[in-house]
Amino acid sequence: MNSSSGKTYMSTSNSSAGWKAGDAAADQFPVGLRVLVVDDDPTCLMILEKMLRTCLYEVTKCNRAETALSMLRENKSGFDVVISDVHMPDMDGFKLLEHIGLEMDLPVIMMSADDGKHVVMKGVTHGACDYLIKPVRIEALKNIWQHVVRKRKNEWKDFEQSGSVEEGDRQLKQSEEADYSSSANEGNWKSSKRRKDDEDETDERDDTSSLKKPRVVWSVELHQQFVAAVNQLGIDKAVPKKILELMNVPGLTRENVASHLQKYRLYLRRLSGVSQHPSSLNNSFMSPQEATFGPLSSLNGLDLQTLAATGQLPAQSLVTLQAAGLGRPTGKSGIPMPLVDQRNIFSFENPKLRFGDGQQHVNNNKQMNLLHGIPTTMEPKQLAGLHHGAQSMGNMNMQVASHGSQSSQNNPLLMQMAQPQVRGQMLNDTSLGHPPRLLSPMGQPILSNGIAANVSTRNGIQENIRAPSYNPVSQTSSMLNFPMNHAPELPGNSFPLGSTPGISSLTPKVAFQEDVNSDIKGTVGFLPSYDIFNDLNQHKPQNWELQNVGMTFDASQHSNSLQGNLNHAHSVLVQQGFPSGQVNGQNRSATVVSKAMFSSGDSTGHVNAQNGNQQLNSLLVDGTVRVKSETPTNLYPDDFGQEDLMSALLKQQDAIAPAEHEFDFDGYSLDNIPV
Amino acid sequence: MERNPMRRQLQTLRKSLFDQGYLDDQFVQLEELQDDANPNFVEEVVTLYYRDSGRIILNIEQALERKPFDFNKLDAYMHQFKGSSSSIGAKKVKAESTLFREYCRSRNGEGCMRTFQQLKKEYATLRRKLEAYFQLARQAGPVETACRPK
Repeated sequence: MNSSSGKTYMSTSNSSAGWKAGDAAADQFPVGLRVLVVDDDPTCLMILEKMLRTCLYEVTKCNRAETALSMLRENKSGFDVVISDVHMPDMDGFKLLEHIGLEMDLPVIMMSADDGKHVVMKGVTHGACDYLIKPVRIEALKNIWQHVVRKRKNEWKDFEQSGSVEEGDRQLKQSEEADYSSSANEGNWKSSKRRKDDEDETDERDDTSSLKKPRVVWSVELHQQFVAAVNQLGIDKAVPKKILELMNVPGLTRENVASHLQKYRLYLRRLSGVSQHPSSLNNSFMSPQEATFGPLSSLNGLDLQTLAATGQLPAQSLVTLQAAGLGRPTGKSGIPMPLVDQRNIFSFENPKLRFGDGQQHVNNNKQMNLLHGIPTTMEPKQLAGLHHGAQSMGNMNMQVASHGSQSSQNNPLLMQMAQPQVRGQMLNDTSLGHPPRLLSPMGQPILSNGIAANVSTRNGIQENIRAPSYNPVSQTSSMLNFPMNHAPELPGNSFPLGSTPGISSLTPKVAFQEDVNSDIKGTVGFLPSYDIFNDLNQHKPQNWELQNVGMTFDASQHSNSLQGNLNHAHSVLVQQGFPSGQVNGQNRSATVVSKAMFSSGDSTGHVNAQNGNQQLNSLLVDGTVRVKSETPTNLYPDDFGQEDLMSALLKQQDAIAPAEHEFDFDGYSLDNIPV
Repeated sequence: MERNPMRRQLQTLRKSLFDQGYLDDQFVQLEELQDDANPNFVEEVVTLYYRDSGRIILNIEQALERKPFDFNKLDAYMHQFKGSSSSIGAKKVKAESTLFREYCRSRNGEGCMRTFQQLKKEYATLRRKLEAYFQLARQAGPVETACRPK
């Protein structure tokens, strides 16, 4: 949403309404904190439950890790914090911790009777936010809410900073790994946002004045320009001043560019194998071994399975995706990136839209743009390759994710995506009519991964190859484009995925962008944020304006047939910067996308704002995802509302570079691109 | 009232459990959780503990019958048992569990077996004492306000 068009977030009645509700809840915080406690020891479980109830928390107990995981997956936004034992028969507590972190990005507290330094250290490295020694006393539990607040605060900050490095990394990572884009993210985002807003935001807001400050909305076009400039200068030599000069955008300041560059760099780093950015959040995920795709693979597999289970991804596709993502040769191509919370992303409706159309389109090679950034299961290596091309927009992952839902269609696409041919197509295709500025640079490099090309080609969508998961995503992204195909309007959707028929399904995502005038706006630009999309579910606030995106999509969905695609696209977009946190679950379906869109840019709010059915075309085409979804403010019916998102974005932006907020571009600021 | 003497008796019994080292502060935590909504919380937890931990004891026994000892497995079982025991405040039982684990780590089979026997004794003793305690508590009548055993 664009700030100009009245940021959806901020002005959305829904968002504000949503927010109000949150406020009320926040007032009572931490009362009602939703805790999931996992322990195979029934005695401990009973005691913990009673203790937590005494603290006035809402407790759900679980004696098996698998059960807990499925509970969390089903209801990503249903819990605020997880407490888990370390030693459990069916699954190691640390493994559960990883999964949760990747998929849902919830704070996890570990417990054990073991107080050995080694074990405690393991908790730290795996990303646990606390470690309790058994027997646990009630005093220790009274303060667990701090972890929830802290996490939200961090996410919020990231969000505001429109993809601050940390967030971006985290998001990217998360999105990569957890393509599932758990709705939790969305929900968490929302809830956290609400709470945070209530508690922290108010302060932050005032400080950052994100809401009020004019922000630079990194629209798809703008981002494409940026990427082109960076490429021209060479990523190493690209300094803000020169980039600014090359871009020659009136009103853009060096600070805006600098901040955006920072994010972009993070994003790239992430793509290329997981930048171990110190600030990266989930160290557990990103840790060298885990980070890159190793763990992802498992996760992917897991996600894939989950996704498959959820029907999002046909089992087959899962395999394909996984394989694709992991770079393994898979017979089936259709693995829709399960990683991405396809449900969320694609669920919105697009499955039929996209793939159906997409397929048709896909074959058209037009819309293969989906690949923009959807490096379906892009592994870090792939990401690296992608990352040039995928400059951030194409978080194809998202797309891929979307494919998940569309898996049937995606499969072909997905496979396609990985194929280099897609690449060419993507780039060339930009049939959308928009000179794929970004695409070219992006498309090419991306294609290296095969998928990347697709994804990013369009809008320069960076394939957030976040993680292996992206790969599938990217494929899906192509799918996304497809839908676009039928929507001739998608000017922007030049996802030239055409070459990859399979991708068509993916493209729908991309396609949406174009068609999805309204909602996708954000998505277009966000392509890179596809990851975000995945992450959307997971990450909440991370710059992802995804939330907004989601909103937009919702709106856009209606608007275009593509919308469905858009939603995906949105999700894709969302991915952009939101490694998963951004999507906060909300996005799942459309919101994610829209969010992604937003997040791409710093425009946390932009995306939504833009949704006013703007012609995604413009958004998409240019690669700058403009999340101009004109969707009614309700884009995020339940999300924080664009307002929140916007404010979050703004905050982030503000945080990042106060100066940056000068511009209130309608496109979504790609600052949130998960760099 | 009769309750008073019984209450006094209850208090004395309770105090002795702590003084003799059978229970530690974690038991107090459980008592503090007991309220009107869960008036028998402590007893319920202890009952659950004995039921569940009995299973682990059995596993350990079976493991100790297999030679050579699988110390890792024994250690894992005991870790579980220790966690449970500590959560209800079973001090002596917990101490024996810790000792057992040390013997496991030092691969001392003899030490493990000895300790395990001692552990079972403490485990059974505590059970008897707690059962008596709860029975007395029930006879002493429902805990009235400010009557919570402390």
